[in-house]
Amino acid sequence: MKTSLATAVCFCAMAIGTIACKNSSSNPETESTSSAAQQSASNNKAGDSATLTLPAGFSAATVAENLSGPRHLVVTPQNDIYVKLSDAKNGKGIVILHVDGNGKATTTGGFGDYGGTGITIKNGYLYASSNDDVYRYKLDANNRVINENQPEKIATGLTNKGMHNSKSLVLDNAGNIYVNIGAPSNVCAEQGNDKKGMQPCPILETAGGIWMFKADKQAQKQNDGVHYATGLRNVVGMDWNNVTNSLFVMQHGRDNLHNASPQNYTEQQSAELPAECMYELHQGANAGWPYMYYDQNQHKKLVNPEYGGDGKKEADASYIDPVVAFPGHMAPDGLLFYTGNMFPEKYKNGAFIAFHGSWNRAPEPQKGYLVAFVPFNNGKPSGNWEIFADGFTGGQEFMQPGKARHRPCGLAQGPDGSLYVSDDAGGTIYRITYHQ
Amino acid sequence: MSKHFLILLLLGCTSAFAQTKQTTTATGKQLYAQYCLTCHQEDGEGVPNMNPPLTQTSYVLGDKKKLIAWVLKGSGNEKVPIDGNTYSNNMPPQSALKDDEIAKILTYIRSNFGNKASAVSTAEVKAARETVK
Repeated sequence: MKTSLATAVCFCAMAIGTIACKNSSSNPETESTSSAAQQSASNNKAGDSATLTLPAGFSAATVAENLSGPRHLVVTPQNDIYVKLSDAKNGKGIVILHVDGNGKATTTGGFGDYGGTGITIKNGYLYASSNDDVYRYKLDANNRVINENQPEKIATGLTNKGMHNSKSLVLDNAGNIYVNIGAPSNVCAEQGNDKKGMQPCPILETAGGIWMFKADKQAQKQNDGVHYATGLRNVVGMDWNNVTNSLFVMQHGRDNLHNASPQNYTEQQSAELPAECMYELHQGANAGWPYMYYDQNQHKKLVNPEYGGDGKKEADASYIDPVVAFPGHMAPDGLLFYTGNMFPEKYKNGAFIAFHGSWNRAPEPQKGYLVAFVPFNNGKPSGNWEIFADGFTGGQEFMQPGKARHRPCGLAQGPDGSLYVSDDAGGTIYRITYHQ
Repeated sequence: MSKHFLILLLLGCTSAFAQTKQTTTATGKQLYAQYCLTCHQEDGEGVPNMNPPLTQTSYVLGDKKKLIAWVLKGSGNEKVPIDGNTYSNNMPPQSALKDDEIAKILTYIRSNFGNKASAVSTAEVKAARETVK
């Protein structure tokens, strides 16, 4: 396990990122250099989009702006982008963009009268989700949807109680689709006594986990699916790792440790804890929510205070360990294992994570509006996580999450190996490229 | 049902239980910071799409009985749009707070963040509590 050095490097990287984006904010026309390894890249400065700070050799361009809440997205070999919107706009919850040779996208269509988050392509079908259902659309040889108005409904009536209701999607190579069903709760506390956790937590029967469905079978109810993994509070970013042939997810960790147990957690600890965790999931995995959380500083699974924890008491060892533990509250909404050839070798098969940024850090400033990277070798992290793209919020510190004008959400890989990042707060799609 | 029914969805989304030693002297601002601020934020603007604002909304400025009842009962999983927006997080019930604490918090909210509405008294909270469950 990486120890305190990893944490120190992480926070150092965050500090560097902050400095870099402050510089670029104050003087956007000037390339700012914060270290040998990190330098700012100029964007196409159209409209309101952010100037991103990236490692040397990378640059970011704004390919689309003013979309309405773009969540996840997928890019076809023909350079069409399907973008899932959080809410349907003018009756269209999926927008189609086409990227031209100059890297600019134009809207070429839209369909699907439902909002949602999940969207992906596999084996000639586009899969997309509302917050209740999973649909699929047959694609033609050019990856265009054949009939926009008549999708097959693959899964229907999934648990949706408002909170943590997005249904992210990913498929394996064996005809299965995996859907997150988030827990509508922070830590499964009793109604009317939010310092006491329910034991056992009844929410876990229908939410707080990953369900697996047949990718080609219509009208599956939640009970028809396989309850693939449990103990996950809420997952938004997920991807299939083709090196390990397994599912990886990013969990949104619990909130409000200080309020839950002021004697055991300071406000500052509550702002940094618990970890946002990357997990590798095999069938039957239990990540331990709501009974435990992962402390990225102690590198331990600890019992939640609502279940008798005190910041030291260790949880049942049978709960799975995270693959990577990030600082708290940064809200990972996108995960992508990079398989392209454009980026340097270091990035091959590594993980990009789009962090939406925090809201639950008061009285500390909010943070974590960034895209992170974790190098992988043979299916395991081969180094510490680092900030890959920063500057989405312009570099000023702020307390109010509403001041974050751009928030990373979805990630997609272009056919040339470029990386697309959606921003559901500002409506921007960025394309990050590498040039030697 | 009020269109603005969820306005206090997350009011005091933090702990439901008072630290009794602090309650008698704490100000509304201090109590707000302790129980409400992490969700509704220092400026009462909430968090877009997640936690509703407390600024200039008819639910905060309107019927006090309904407002107090909302704080006592929390949101459950009920989702009702507020001015066309829905907010995803659930607000836990705050019935463990004392009457005077809720009165101070609501008075603080109704007279800050650009709000100019009348105070909420301890007696009003007490009366409302008797009508809740």
